[in-house]
Amino acid sequence: PRTYSEQTQWMLAVRDRRDRAAFCALFDYFAPRMRGMMMKSGMSSAVADDIVQDAMLSVWRKSASFNPERADVAGWIFQIARNRQIDIIRKERRPVPEELATPETTGEHAEQVVAMEQETAKLRAALATLKPEQRDLVEKAYLGELTHSEIQIETGLPLGTIKSRIRLGLERLRHELKGAR
Amino acid sequence: MSGIRHHISEGLLASYVAGSLPKPFSLVVAAHVSLCETCRASIAAHEAVGGAILDDFEPIDVGDALRDRVLAQLNDEVSPEPVYTARGPLPAPVVEALAGKEPKWRSLGPGAKQCILSDDAQGSLRLLSIEPGMEMPDHGHGGLEMTLVLQGAFTDETGRFGRGDCEVANDDVEHTPIAAAGEVCICLAATDAPLKFNSILPRLFQPFFRI
Ligand SMILES: [Zn+2]
Ligand SMILES: [Zn+2]
Repeated sequence: PRTYSEQTQWMLAVRDRRDRAAFCALFDYFAPRMRGMMMKSGMSSAVADDIVQDAMLSVWRKSASFNPERADVAGWIFQIARNRQIDIIRKERRPVPEELATPETTGEHAEQVVAMEQETAKLRAALATLKPEQRDLVEKAYLGELTHSEIQIETGLPLGTIKSRIRLGLERLRHELKGAR
Repeated sequence: MSGIRHHISEGLLASYVAGSLPKPFSLVVAAHVSLCETCRASIAAHEAVGGAILDDFEPIDVGDALRDRVLAQLNDEVSPEPVYTARGPLPAPVVEALAGKEPKWRSLGPGAKQCILSDDAQGSLRLLSIEPGMEMPDHGHGGLEMTLVLQGAFTDETGRFGRGDCEVANDDVEHTPIAAAGEVCICLAATDAPLKFNSILPRLFQPFFRI
């Protein structure tokens, strides 16, 4: 089978083996980008540091809920960072959906993980081909700089294929939970 | 969970992921996603866009002090945050909004009661409980309104809404939801403006009941 991307390998090493070296690799890759993102969205240097610190600690502490069949590492980390940022700005906890139970006995299906990675690679490639104005608008939208009535997601990004890929992961999970009962 | 026919629009899901939604609406989205695999997958897809954007950012050095601070805390014991789970018809985010307690219902007149979960500058969020066959007062909207069915069903001019279905209405909609036969209809309703009622009696009630 094909091997996973570096990021997925680091994340799984953290999740399954509490591997500190892998966490350092994740930190060195994501923390500086996260800081860039926080500074761009108007956080002071001190607040940006707090968010990076809290978010990276959450990556370590919440790694059990990472599932590469249904989430992309960068997307999962993005959401953790945004949640922390919103909690700090609004001084309240952001509502999140109930987490899905994950059967502990079964590992990932490699082909599903690899297919997810291929879909997110396509998404990245599509994002890179957007015209600068449109790229800018997408960035503004996902960094919370547009109101919900301003957001029109007509980007031409290939979200549909990722969605159906993630749904497969969810269906497999539901199937396994049934079998586990 | 299957059988859900009324989902949340891509724009609202993207806004949820981006954190642009006022809290009452983001709670309705979180509650719907707790019940809906389709929208859960959409949320993860929007998160992947966020991830691609994060990935693309010019790295800014975070400094060794911060890195050392984080690494030093990896072994710290942290008391786990409370984890709420669904209770009866109420999805986990609603149970969390109730701080794990039972809803405190207040009568809205015959066959209808409500439990206000929040009411502030961001809008209002409430649970509504309507007896089968009862009408929710005819009303128009000052802004956005999201109504998620948690138990039973209601129908209005736009269709039938059962458990997990979410109706999104805007200023231009006037509708008269009626609770369907069967179980008592329990809904989670969020608005960003006070509801305006069109019949005289509910309008008298409005300041008192805050609907
Ligand atoms: Zn849905
Ligand atoms: Zn309405």
